[in-house]
Amino acid sequence: MKGTNIGEFEEVVLLTIASLMTEAYSVNIVDEIKEVTGRATKLGVVHSVLNRLEDKGMISSDLGDPTKERGGRRKRFYQVTHAGKVALIKSKEQRDRLWGSIPDVVFDGIK
Amino acid sequence: MMEKKQPPKFLDHLLAWYCKEDLLEDLQGDLHEYYYRNLSRGKRMADLIYFLDVIKFFRLYTTRKPKLIRQMNFFNMMGNYFKTTTRSMARNKLFSFINVIGLAISMSVGILMISYISELLSYDTFHEKGDRIYRVLTNYKSVSSEDALDLASTSIFIGNKLKEDYTGFEDLVIMRRNLNVDIENGENIISANGLWTTEDFFDLFSFELLSGNPATCLTEPNSIVIAESVAKKLFPDESPIGKVVPLLGQEHYKLESATITGVVADPPKNSHIQFELLGSFSTLQNYAASLDAPTTFFNSYSSIWMNYVYMSLPAGQSPEVVQKHLNQVAAKEAENHDRFAIKFELEPLNEIMPGRDLSNQIGPSMQWEMIYIFAVLTLVVVISACFNYTNLSVAKSLRRAKEVGIRKVVGAGRSQVFGQFLFEAIFISFIALILSFGLYLIIRPEFLELISEEDVANLKFRPIQAIYFVLFALITGFLAGIIPSIIISKLKPISVLRDVTRLKLFSGVNLRKVLLVVQFALSIGFIIAATISYCQYEYSLNFDLGFKTENVLNIDIQGDYEEVLYNRLSELPEVSKISRSGMVPGIGEVWGETAKYKDPLDSTSIFLNYIDRDYVSIHGYELLAGESFPYENSDSTMHLALINEKLLKRFNFETPEAALGAFLIIDQGETKLRVIGVVRDFHYSKISDEIQPVALIQDPENYQVLNLKLASRDMVTTLGKIESIWNEVDPVHPFNAKFYDDQIQRAYQEYQVYFKIIGFLAFLAISIASLGLLGMAIFTTETRMKEVSIRKVLGASEKGLIILLSRGFVVLLLISAAIAVPVTYLLFDTMILADMANRVDFGVLELSFGVLVILGIGFLTIGWQTFRAARTNPAEMLRDE
Repeated sequence: MKGTNIGEFEEVVLLTIASLMTEAYSVNIVDEIKEVTGRATKLGVVHSVLNRLEDKGMISSDLGDPTKERGGRRKRFYQVTHAGKVALIKSKEQRDRLWGSIPDVVFDGIK
Repeated sequence: MMEKKQPPKFLDHLLAWYCKEDLLEDLQGDLHEYYYRNLSRGKRMADLIYFLDVIKFFRLYTTRKPKLIRQMNFFNMMGNYFKTTTRSMARNKLFSFINVIGLAISMSVGILMISYISELLSYDTFHEKGDRIYRVLTNYKSVSSEDALDLASTSIFIGNKLKEDYTGFEDLVIMRRNLNVDIENGENIISANGLWTTEDFFDLFSFELLSGNPATCLTEPNSIVIAESVAKKLFPDESPIGKVVPLLGQEHYKLESATITGVVADPPKNSHIQFELLGSFSTLQNYAASLDAPTTFFNSYSSIWMNYVYMSLPAGQSPEVVQKHLNQVAAKEAENHDRFAIKFELEPLNEIMPGRDLSNQIGPSMQWEMIYIFAVLTLVVVISACFNYTNLSVAKSLRRAKEVGIRKVVGAGRSQVFGQFLFEAIFISFIALILSFGLYLIIRPEFLELISEEDVANLKFRPIQAIYFVLFALITGFLAGIIPSIIISKLKPISVLRDVTRLKLFSGVNLRKVLLVVQFALSIGFIIAATISYCQYEYSLNFDLGFKTENVLNIDIQGDYEEVLYNRLSELPEVSKISRSGMVPGIGEVWGETAKYKDPLDSTSIFLNYIDRDYVSIHGYELLAGESFPYENSDSTMHLALINEKLLKRFNFETPEAALGAFLIIDQGETKLRVIGVVRDFHYSKISDEIQPVALIQDPENYQVLNLKLASRDMVTTLGKIESIWNEVDPVHPFNAKFYDDQIQRAYQEYQVYFKIIGFLAFLAISIASLGLLGMAIFTTETRMKEVSIRKVLGASEKGLIILLSRGFVVLLLISAAIAVPVTYLLFDTMILADMANRVDFGVLELSFGVLVILGIGFLTIGWQTFRAARTNPAEMLRDE
């Protein structure tokens, strides 16, 4: 286990799962990341990140009901666990604190 | 939409193979989803991406852990598999019987072949330096002949030359064959055949010297080493070492007595060098030196027919070095000899037996081709029996389907079901192995009898063979069980448990048909082959050779008493005529020479025989011109000869009469012949060869056989009388007399051997195929019993039912006949009989005989079952419903 700190891409994936609510399965996650962030990610990358996050206990997964799509194979849906949520909030707070400590002058002309 | 385009199946299997089970389903689903998306870019592109994805997902976290526990499970389940196997065998007694018997029959031939071939492969493995020993082969081509001869023998010259010039080998031994002697010790006289050899014999080879000094026992002239068996017979109570014994038979080398310097253990059966005694080479050297001649057999480059050179190389040295030297010697000597060309070659010891087709072998020989043929024929029979198992098991799988369904529901994986059915097949093949060993013991003496001519194996059981047999049973079981195991383990539990009758084993049906056709085609092929070889045998025996052989007894003369024996035997009243000859023609033996007429440059090779006056009349040779020999030839410088028509034509005589009085020269000018008669062509060699030019020469020096024309009602008594005369004249050698007819029969025995072997295999193939057919017929009728009953209730006739049930099989049998007949015909016509000068014509009768037998057996088998089914009372079947 790598502790409770999460990497940048892990955070993106976690946030995407949270935003997708009940529709968060691997293919959807890849599509959503591409749509929101414009980053073209590969299934392989997302799949391994999901696996890692599940190992860390940040997300949990369940197999859905079989549908006619995908040759009757079930999808694996992901939810963010309590630990995941805590990690996300912790990360956001850290950043907010950092944002708060930057004087507006620094971003003059950009915003 | 998605039914149409699917990712390649094997990629799915690949993924399923490596991926953890709990990850597999959704991962595969994901990949499929992407696949359908990618289809917009074309199926090929989608396939490619799918392929790359499957490869890319092979990662640490997706792959299965090696399943040690899973493998352990197989052994835990063995007890259970054993139980279900025995139960299912007991439930289907008939099918189990067919399987076990079929496998046992074929495996008995299999283990016979394994014993035979493994014995052949064990030849010469007992030599310690075996992997470094080489033999010098000679390739001889004379200017006048087109074909070169490959000889196992070579010259003493090259052996000594290598010793003089060259030190790149460890030991080098020169041997010479035909050391055939009678050894005397007081009352005991024994004939022994052996080899002359140089003194390093025991350094090079690992023959065991029981007593005597291995370094010196073959050094001195006139010393011999005798084999243990000879020593025991000759000196039952004392040590033979140091004894000086008189020898008969090698007087031409001035060897009349010798000192026994050692006793060697008899060479093992699996040695290609066989001997009963060894004589020191220095004896020959002394003799050659005593001859006052510049060239002798000892130093002549072209005296390559009787001698053998073996050498061992230092460990790690390539034979190339010696080969190069041999090439140099050959190139240098070629300048001195323009009548022939000689090349040398090194042959490793372990490739001698079994090995190449060479003339002048030193001992027993066997070619690889024969081994291949035996192995392939055996394989065909074994595989045919495996087909039976496959066929019946696939057919039966419907009955085992429920068992498989339950197993899978309870948690058995596909590989476990596969393992179970393979275990079953191997178990049955082991039962068959035990039975087949019993059968093997029965057929072994028969086989030994068949191959007695070659005398290369004794088929004694060796412990290593037990391992081969077990491996063989494992492989047979695997071959027999692999297909049914795959098919059965594929069954889906849902479909099996829901409704067995709807289960389609479509792949099984076609497979079964193909296997049946192959089996019967093979059987028909075998039986036709057996028929043809029998016909050829009969044909050869009844062939008109051009001379008569009835009641002619040929006696081998084995000493210098031909005149005495001739006179004694001609006094017998039962002997109506008696003659003398050099050899016995018509049984494969040939004596050859080159002959010239007027033109000294025009020589031809001829066959010859040395005969006396009465030989012609006893054997009924037809004289076209001239007459037979006078009793005495007054002119000792000139031999008289009869020639045949072929020789007449060869030297362009217009008529037979024109040749009378002509002079021919043979033996490179040594001998002159005067032609006094011409005989009609006869078969001097075997009838598979064309007739060649032949000269029959009167020459008392060369008579070795007495030909007795017997006129007696009681051959046994007559033979007894002749033998008692023989024993008075020659008490040493065994009486060796054979009737000419028997000798000819022996000469064509190979066809009889082929006929017996192929006939036996045909019998096995037919038995196995019929067992299989019986099984299939029983199975089909049983599964269709209900249908038959209903048809019968509705008014179908018995005849109609029999046709309905047997139609499918009859078609299969006809297809196999349609394949087998032309293939076998072409095989024999273009390959096996093609290079025979006189071959039996086989026609529709011979070909259709085999087909009729097989079809008859097949129809009987099917008819029996279908008739039984058609006769059954429908109420019996339908009452239970």
